[in-house]
Amino acid sequence: MAETLVAAAALAKSFRNGVAALAGIDLTVSRGEFVGVLGPSGCGKSTLLRILAGLAEPTAGRLDRGTDVAGRVGFVFQEPTLMPWATVWANVYLPLRLRGVGRDVATPRIGAMLDSLGLGEFARAYPRQLSGGMRMRVSIARALVTEPALLLLDEPFAALDEITRFKLNEDLRALWRNLRCTIVFVTHSVFESVFLTNRIVVMTKRPGRIVADLPVNLPETRDAGLRLAPVYSDACRAVSAKLAEAMV
Amino acid sequence: MNGARFAPVIGPIVVGVLVVAGWHEAVRFFAIPPYVLPGPGVIARTLWTDGPSLLASLLVTLRITVAALALAVALGGALAVLFSLSKTVEVSFFPYAVILQVTPVVSIAPLIIIWVNDVFAALLVCATIVAFFPIVANTTLGLNSADRNLVDLFRLYGAGRLQTLRLLRLPSALPLFLAGVRISGGLALIGAVVAEFVAGTGGAKTGLASRIIEAGYRLEIPRMFAALFLLSLTGIVIFAVLSWLSRRLLRHWHESALEPSD
Ligand SMILES: Nc1ncnc2c1ncn2[C@@H]1O[C@H](COP(=O)(O)OP(=O)(O)O)[C@@H](O)[C@H]1O
Ligand SMILES: [Mg+2]
Repeated sequence: MAETLVAAAALAKSFRNGVAALAGIDLTVSRGEFVGVLGPSGCGKSTLLRILAGLAEPTAGRLDRGTDVAGRVGFVFQEPTLMPWATVWANVYLPLRLRGVGRDVATPRIGAMLDSLGLGEFARAYPRQLSGGMRMRVSIARALVTEPALLLLDEPFAALDEITRFKLNEDLRALWRNLRCTIVFVTHSVFESVFLTNRIVVMTKRPGRIVADLPVNLPETRDAGLRLAPVYSDACRAVSAKLAEAMV
Repeated sequence: MNGARFAPVIGPIVVGVLVVAGWHEAVRFFAIPPYVLPGPGVIARTLWTDGPSLLASLLVTLRITVAALALAVALGGALAVLFSLSKTVEVSFFPYAVILQVTPVVSIAPLIIIWVNDVFAALLVCATIVAFFPIVANTTLGLNSADRNLVDLFRLYGAGRLQTLRLLRLPSALPLFLAGVRISGGLALIGAVVAEFVAGTGGAKTGLASRIIEAGYRLEIPRMFAALFLLSLTGIVIFAVLSWLSRRLLRHWHESALEPSD
């Protein structure tokens, strides 16, 4: 069994306005995993992710993060969340800059990262000149450029058209295989979570709890062809059934 | 389409020509004497003959206006940054900025003119007070409306307050700051003129307001109109220059500065 990166025990979160978003989350993520968090809108997925990132405090329970996780978390929001006044290059440089990495050291790393996301020729473009899918690629490049121990993605592709989303799913899966980082990916799409991840945790309606923790038994390398394979639709059906149980 | 493209230029010109022609005809038709309402021709001639001396006065007013705007930008911007760094400072001082804003400048100008010996300095203080508020209010709003998620991202990467200010809050505030400057440009001119109205003529160098008062006393109405014309022209030029500056600084990224799409 691989080393544990993050361990949440009986995590709960209530907001000041009385809304209980999470109720007793137990979740352990090991190094190198690709975990999907699947649940209906408003069930507390974003709240959970923000707690894992250290951006919000749980009101009860405990969260243990490995020592090398603190300060080494990458986050991708539902919107690209780029600085509109800065070029693609400067947006990707931001996390390095905030950590005091000089331009000369950063330049080759940013170049390689932009290339691996197919953004090589857009380094000097401004976000508004890019399509939604390209902006999301920049957002992912920004999260990956610091080589995070833990990458958290919050429904990053929900606003994209299906063709773009499929392509980004394939690319993200390939990136994970190459970089071997640990990913927690929040989504409300069964198909997306099955295609991308190796393990899916299913959450109930608010206040969110984890009701199922399912392995995804599909080949490690996944490409567009997998979407047409019977194993894929079988896996989707099984996860859908679990989600339907969680909703009642 | 060409019509839509040139409408912003041709439209105002057509309206202007029609108004001036109508004015000219009305003055002639009703035989209105020039000391009540001079026709555009008389005003144009006055502008030509009195131009040099009026321009000298305009320069005085303009100097006050530009200095007041610069001062308002520096003070207003600095105060807004201070507000954004400390909520306590903001809630403690903001009401007083509002009080300063809602107090009519004509009512405090006499006091300021008594307190400040130098006329130029007194007018400068008045004009600055008038021009100051939109910059404080807009910049404060801009600094506080940086994208929440970007603020979180900065936090995630351990950015300090000053780093967040410099790399995130200040650029986020730029569009609203520039909108504030654009409003303040016109207000600085108004402030300079109103304060001079209160101060009255005095001193060797007088601005346009004194010339308007003086022309009024002497019933030299065409000169009054000529001075008014110069004043509006100045206001329009200030607004145009500041709008241009704003578009230029924001051209890469802000909606307000983008070319209309085809
Ligand atoms: N800052 C907040 N204050 C109060 N309620 C919140 C806040 N953030 C989220 N919520 C509420 O908590 C619940 C869970 O939100 P969220 O974690 O965003 O759900 P999800 O990401 O699964 O759609 C929602 O009902 C939402 O309205
Ligand atoms: Mg969410």
